[in-house]
Amino acid sequence: MSGGLPFLPATASMAAHELNILFAALLAITGAVLGLVVLLLLTFCIRYRKGRETVDRARRGTKSWRWEISWTTASFIIFLGLYAWGADLYLREHEPDGAASEIYVVGKQWMWKVEHPDGQREINALHVALGRPVRLVMASEDVIHGFYVPAFRLKQDVVPGRYVTMSFTPTKVGNFRLFCSQFCGVDHAAMLGSVFVMTQGDYQRWLSQNAMTGTLATDGGALFRHLGCSGCHATSSTVKAPSLNALYGHPVVLRDGSVLIADENFIRDAILQPGKFLPKGYEAIMPSFAGQVDEEGVVSLVAYIKSLSKQAPSP
Amino acid sequence: MSAVTALEIPDEAGGSYLSDGVTLRSWLLTRDHKRIAVLYAISITVFFFVGGAAAALIRLNLLTPEGTLMDAETYNRVFTLHGVVMVWLFLVPSIPTTFGNFMLPLMLGARDLAFPRINLLSWYLFVASGLIVLGGLVGGSVDTGWTFYEPLSSGYSSGALVVVLFGIFVNGFSSILTGLNFVVTIHRLRAPGLTWYRLPIFCWSTYSTSIILMLATPVLAVTLLLVIAERLWGVGVFDPARGGDPLLFQHMFWFYSHPAVYIMILPGMGVVSEIIPVFARKPIFGYKFIAWSSVAIAVVGFLVWGHHMFVAGESVYAALVFSFLSFVVAVPSAIKVFNWIATLHKGTISFDSPMLYALGFILLFTIGGLTGLYFATLAFDVHATGTYFVVAHFHYIMVGGMVSAYFAALHYWWPKITGRLYPEIWARFAAILIFFGFNVTFFPQFILGYLGMPRRYHAYAPEFQVWNVLSSAGSSILALAYILPAFYLIWSLFAGERAGANPWQATGLEWQTASPPPTENFHRTPVVTRPPYDYPEPSA
Repeated sequence: MSGGLPFLPATASMAAHELNILFAALLAITGAVLGLVVLLLLTFCIRYRKGRETVDRARRGTKSWRWEISWTTASFIIFLGLYAWGADLYLREHEPDGAASEIYVVGKQWMWKVEHPDGQREINALHVALGRPVRLVMASEDVIHGFYVPAFRLKQDVVPGRYVTMSFTPTKVGNFRLFCSQFCGVDHAAMLGSVFVMTQGDYQRWLSQNAMTGTLATDGGALFRHLGCSGCHATSSTVKAPSLNALYGHPVVLRDGSVLIADENFIRDAILQPGKFLPKGYEAIMPSFAGQVDEEGVVSLVAYIKSLSKQAPSP
Repeated sequence: MSAVTALEIPDEAGGSYLSDGVTLRSWLLTRDHKRIAVLYAISITVFFFVGGAAAALIRLNLLTPEGTLMDAETYNRVFTLHGVVMVWLFLVPSIPTTFGNFMLPLMLGARDLAFPRINLLSWYLFVASGLIVLGGLVGGSVDTGWTFYEPLSSGYSSGALVVVLFGIFVNGFSSILTGLNFVVTIHRLRAPGLTWYRLPIFCWSTYSTSIILMLATPVLAVTLLLVIAERLWGVGVFDPARGGDPLLFQHMFWFYSHPAVYIMILPGMGVVSEIIPVFARKPIFGYKFIAWSSVAIAVVGFLVWGHHMFVAGESVYAALVFSFLSFVVAVPSAIKVFNWIATLHKGTISFDSPMLYALGFILLFTIGGLTGLYFATLAFDVHATGTYFVVAHFHYIMVGGMVSAYFAALHYWWPKITGRLYPEIWARFAAILIFFGFNVTFFPQFILGYLGMPRRYHAYAPEFQVWNVLSSAGSSILALAYILPAFYLIWSLFAGERAGANPWQATGLEWQTASPPPTENFHRTPVVTRPPYDYPEPSA
């Protein structure tokens, strides 16, 4: 593509390969419809133009029902096909992959902060390994941002007040643009970054070169003790607070009897708005930590609490 | 030539609505729907050129990747102004308040709208809202974009946002009252013999538009008031820091703003449905399908707002439903396009300027509609939403479709409104220039969007420059093409040939009275005995 006019973006993820095919199909189908419209318009405009009196204009079509039903049905069937195709790919893009490595992203005016599970941190850059599925867990410190990598054909708004996720598997080594795709204030256009897709070997080297003293989870553990969470949540504690071992990914019974699976959003809400979901059998004595800990801190706490259930055996 | 009913055409020497009082007072206190339509036309023309000037600044800035013309903050203010002015001060009111206002009573054989005083009130509310909005935008550095997404708008942006939101709130009352007036008029003031299926299609589309205006606008009003309350008094509704939900804002905003797209395009479809039979000398094909497809669009259009939120964090299941319904709402539009084309079959087609605009509308609307299918296709939306692909798509509908239809209506009814003919050769030239300039401006934006250029970027990556330069070049042609009609139309007011009652030999009731019409529209209430577009079949 280099040198010529740019028509197509780079293709660097599994989803992007599939979207290329879908795009080609959309172009072919809509191109055919547009071609038909243009052809009919031109034909009729030339053939039945005023002043051309020799052409047969008698026996106008009046039985409109047959035509109406034909083109309505034809349109609808084509639409159904496109619907199914687009929905199928969308669903697969959103399917959780248990084997994916989780990387945390925090957006704020006007930068992206990235935290790897082993503690590596980067700003406006994301390093990932070729062929290895990645699941981004994203939060915003302030307004809505959009995490958009055109080469992956993927985009996700990062909405404050909750975690959103985005999964992808890179298929091409290289350096790809990362844009903020949701208008987020004055320097929206400068909220840029790069995604570096590296071979497995290069990626391991990058990880070790940027290794920190602690992982994200151990950072979270330190914060957990610093904030005094362990005072109540430790198993030896005298205060009756739920144990956080084997919490993540497991069902929690609430006071009203309903059951939730504890995901990242549940843990986040439990820290910042403890009154929102009260577990059954416990008193509502936990204070909110909103304002005492920023999104990056919450991210490390969530990583720590998740690490507790990875050690514990599943029920 | 009249195929509706033999009417006595009022004598032009007897005076028209234009000569019935010439003082400023007689205009500002008028209750004549025709004069109010002219007042609206003047106001929205001013707003159109204000919004257009902002668009020109945007395109100039985007000539270079660095965006050298403006700094980021100024650029953000300019595109906010462009969006707000074009949506609420031009597109939403455009055809209904001008040609709808002028033509509806004439088409129905009525003397005026059902509530002439409320009609004038609507105009005053509209002008007041326009001044408040413009004051806030120009003087108050509002830079949120026309979508006012939360929590950016309530907590993070500076400027006189509250003023602008209040202006749009007032604007809503104007919309609602206009919609109400039209609905009552169509129900109550049809001439004897003018049954629902004898109504011109323009009345059906105006009716459908009015229903949306009445039902959707209050939701926008509530939403904007909540944003104002959150911004001024810290009431937590949408801002998560105050316990609110930013997606709730998007649901409420798009519950209005998606139907608003149909407020903008349905009247355009109505205009095109009027013009094609006249210049093909044939009844419209599939009258009932075209008529009811407008109603179908109005109804189903209320159920598709979530397709603006496929990447916003709404649930996967909601996305599946909204995607499906978005395909459903495309069906009635497809029906219209096929019926317009079928109307041309075996017609006797002439290519006067209104017809050129109408044909341009069909092509550009088809491109806009087909690219809408791309966005209904979930996985494609994930890639293309928020990029220039979506900018190109909605400009094909709004500018390629709606503004073309507005110019079609302007050229079709100009002789009726003013009693004068414009120079046809210039009008055809402008129509072709608009079509050409439009495509050069907006087609490159599809490519930019697919390449991944996000919208609302004051500066951009260098690989996007080629297409941006092409788009800006096209916009300079488009700007000239939009200014051109101002010259020959104003010229025609003074030196144009007299049009006569029915220069197009059309069958509509509005053509069965003098041009310009007398204040009371018809000297005697017409009686309708035949269907619309009753052009005779040529003898074989």
